[in-house]
Amino acid sequence: MKPAPFGYERPRDLNSALSMLAAAGGSAKVIAGGQSLGPMLNLRLVQPELVVDISGLAELKQAELRDGELVLGALVTHADIEDGRTADVTRGAMRGVAANIAYRAVRNRGTIGGSLSHADPAADWISALAALGARVALRSLAGARVMAIEAFVVGALESALHAGEIVEAVHVPPRPVSAHWGYAKSCRKTGEFAHAIGAVLVDPARASARVVIGAIDTVPIVLTDAAELFGGRVAADYKQRFDARVADALLAKAGISDAAERHIHVSVLKRAVHEAAA
Amino acid sequence: MRNEREFPSSKSGQGVGARLPRKEDDRLMRGRGQFVADIRLAGLQDVAFVRSPLAHARIRGIHVPERYRGSVFTAADLVGINPIRAVSALPGFKISEQPVLATGKVRQVGELVAMCVAPTRAEAEDIAASVTLDLEELPAVYDMLKAREPGSALVHEHWGDNVFLETNFEVDISAALDAPIKVTREISTARQCMSPLEGRGVVATFDRRLDQLTLHSAAQMPHITRSGLAECLGMEEGLIRVISPDVGGGFGHKGILLPEEVCLSWLTMRCGHPVRWTEDRREHLVASSNCREHHYRITLYADRDGTLRGIECEATVDSGAYSSYPFSACLEAAQVASILPGPYKMPAYRCRTFSVATNKCPILPYRGVARTGVCFALELMLDLVAVEAGLEPGEVRLRNLVQPEQMPFDNITKKHFDSGDYPQAMRRALTSIDIDAIRARQRKGESDGRRIGVGISIYCEQAAHGTSVYAGWGIPMVPGHEQASARLTPDGGLELRVGVHSHGQGMETTLAQVAHEMLGIDVAKIRIILGDTAMTPYSTGTWGSRSMVMAGGAVATACRELGERARRIGAKLLQHDPVSVVLQNGEVRGVNGSVSLQTIAHTWYRRPQDLPADVDPGGLEVTQGYKPVRDSGTFSYAAHAAVVAVDPDVGEVEILDYVIVEDGGVLVNPMVVDGQIYGGLAQGIGTALYEEMPFDASGQPLATTLADYLLPGATEVPSARLDHMETPSPYTQFGVKGIGEGGAIAPPAAIANAVNDALRPLGVELMQSPITPHRVVTAVLAARTAERSAA
Repeated sequence: MKPAPFGYERPRDLNSALSMLAAAGGSAKVIAGGQSLGPMLNLRLVQPELVVDISGLAELKQAELRDGELVLGALVTHADIEDGRTADVTRGAMRGVAANIAYRAVRNRGTIGGSLSHADPAADWISALAALGARVALRSLAGARVMAIEAFVVGALESALHAGEIVEAVHVPPRPVSAHWGYAKSCRKTGEFAHAIGAVLVDPARASARVVIGAIDTVPIVLTDAAELFGGRVAADYKQRFDARVADALLAKAGISDAAERHIHVSVLKRAVHEAAA
Repeated sequence: MRNEREFPSSKSGQGVGARLPRKEDDRLMRGRGQFVADIRLAGLQDVAFVRSPLAHARIRGIHVPERYRGSVFTAADLVGINPIRAVSALPGFKISEQPVLATGKVRQVGELVAMCVAPTRAEAEDIAASVTLDLEELPAVYDMLKAREPGSALVHEHWGDNVFLETNFEVDISAALDAPIKVTREISTARQCMSPLEGRGVVATFDRRLDQLTLHSAAQMPHITRSGLAECLGMEEGLIRVISPDVGGGFGHKGILLPEEVCLSWLTMRCGHPVRWTEDRREHLVASSNCREHHYRITLYADRDGTLRGIECEATVDSGAYSSYPFSACLEAAQVASILPGPYKMPAYRCRTFSVATNKCPILPYRGVARTGVCFALELMLDLVAVEAGLEPGEVRLRNLVQPEQMPFDNITKKHFDSGDYPQAMRRALTSIDIDAIRARQRKGESDGRRIGVGISIYCEQAAHGTSVYAGWGIPMVPGHEQASARLTPDGGLELRVGVHSHGQGMETTLAQVAHEMLGIDVAKIRIILGDTAMTPYSTGTWGSRSMVMAGGAVATACRELGERARRIGAKLLQHDPVSVVLQNGEVRGVNGSVSLQTIAHTWYRRPQDLPADVDPGGLEVTQGYKPVRDSGTFSYAAHAAVVAVDPDVGEVEILDYVIVEDGGVLVNPMVVDGQIYGGLAQGIGTALYEEMPFDASGQPLATTLADYLLPGATEVPSARLDHMETPSPYTQFGVKGIGEGGAIAPPAAIANAVNDALRPLGVELMQSPITPHRVVTAVLAARTAERSAA
């Protein structure tokens, strides 16, 4: 279980990294914490010609408040968030998610940008950040672009990243005081990838709800206006109004044919709704 | 409960019964152990294998790029190497021949096809990746029940079917058929991988001076490995030395002779330099060996009061493609027939078993061997009898268990139970888990929507099977007398040589405790030498919970003889008649004084001029053999009780409480035994809730990394509450019994019974391990549908 031969570069600044990626023309892989790419290299599931190690790029380790948003550099680790070393605009929501990603050893090295780039449907950030309404900033030599998380993840292990482009930062909007947060997942055992994730951001005061059903075989189901899950309107009694049949139909539409699998997803989503309402 | 027996030297706190910290932990806990992968030899090169990507295929060609010829070897190169053959003498057994590199066909995913050697493993893997195979895919035999049907594809064509062995055992089943309670079910346990922390590993080298092949291997049974190697290589055993250094867990996985061991032995002799292969986790999961896959069609017959009238069973075991050396492909299934009735009384019994060949890797006896499956099947069925009879599950057990006054007891399959009080273990478990409080809690219900259940199970663990048991199997290995060598060193220390091995069992400590018990020498001055065929007496090695009974008995016997020789020398030094001196606390004592073993040793080796001419010339080094008074095995046992909370909508199972009441006879080191039980429990929880190697219809194993093959971790294993009983075996030295496997036997049954107890009011019944969230929810939804259609 050793990787196929590859070249290795560890650039010192973002522009050098982007130049290397551009020159490699799609045959390069970016490594940061290496918590997903490392095993994939060893299993020879990926055999890049070049691995560009961006862990030395100081500019991607920044976390700051900008225009009311939290901007987290791609190299911020899960443990940075868990331990509160970064500012928090989500009133604890992100800390709670971070603290339950895999194991501490993974959280020490794993990065938020790496997790998003890997686009594993069972990972936490793609679901949690979609529910929080976060956006992702991408950069290549050609320039920068910003897109919603739900637009960024386009398939299982498939993101909108172009060749030569990397995740630069994540922009997280503040969670309003009136917004309730619920995040639930079911894992076979502590630290394993989830087989069901429910993430909800419900703001009864503004009659709005964002809901994500994650850890399905494909892209998470993201409802930016989830009123349909609550009988057509989001109000203080949303917990009572949660309609499991609507969630079940969404999962069926997403191609999940196994009834037990759908039932588990719906039940985990219900847990998240109850947590939000608690 | 502490062991209250008084042995002569127990006051020292080091003898039999002492909770002595493990001597080997100083090395192991500091990361200073030496495992196969730590061995560095000059000129060492690494090996990677080209393995079959298909479960069943004809080999049409193996294409090696020109530049790698000379670094790649196939079956065509291995002239004169014999296939691995593990035959059983049981009538009707069909023989498989496992070529060490595939010839003609491949019969499992991961089967070795070619061997690639390079300065590093990564380079060897690069070479392996460059080799292309031309394979003609054949239909895979992946389902053991379908494999038994006529018309199935055949793993070994010349057999005409896929059955290694069929056995039948019956005692008067017709007498049970009119019983008022009759419960029939299908029950199954998943295929598993044993998953020791350290995988297999081999370093082979050839010593020109000694004209000897030296094979370093992570192995449980080095002497058996040597015998198997000699047969495959066509070499004299004396030309082969097998060294098994520190070993990170065995569990049965390291009892098998590997084709890799044969390949690397050949390779080092061919290449003239040392070679190494280290099993990686994917090889372990996919290619090496599996365990546990059982299927039962089983009927229990009982009277209205829960008294068992009989059991009828048809058991099928998926043995994989080849018969593994030395245990054979039939040990597991055939054992089912003999051990299914366990500690229960019954007048009638019938069991048919099938050992079935499939296109999967060979099955090996895993900690508990067939007992885990058997306990799962029988204990789940006893709960159903309890439901039918309207009794508490504990009541049904107590009604049918062998009673202490019946000991020694021969059960319906003629298993000879040496001693024990099974009902007491069950009662203590029920009291400890507080069954009444749980029933009250169940009536109240849970505020979080989960459901609480309690489950129990009990088993017996036959250990240290001897000649009389294994001769009947007629497999390549039959244990006889176990031997140990004991040598006093000139400075009064003790060296012990044993042919068993220690891979987590703590034998460097416990065997030293046994020797201390006999000789009174400080355990710090006792060294245990094991894991090397050149340094130790022949032994079948460590398997079947035999080492403390057999090697412990041999060490005691050797030490007794050594003590006797020292005593006679001591008498000379004291100028006493030998009949008037005794050996006590490391000294030979007479009425006028005493002389220490240290002085006796010093005199014997360094100052023989101080000894009279008529001293016994035998010296202070002895080898002695040992067998228990009866060799039909010791019977340890335990009652397990589990409380679980089940979420019927998400399918999660949480273990809230776990109790084990255990009787392993006299415990040499109760702390080591506790460790054995905790470790076994973790593996039992794996069987119950997590571990499963699924296959698709083309015979592809689907859990190829530990992300898919789930093992319980620290957070999944509860702090079990242990309670020890102590019924000494009447047949063994000190009354010890084998104890190594029990922890892994009962948990799947106790946990499944608890889950079923929790979900029974919903009409749910789970009869398959592991109990995964998906299986729970599928069963819950099916029960709801059934209820709706009934309403």
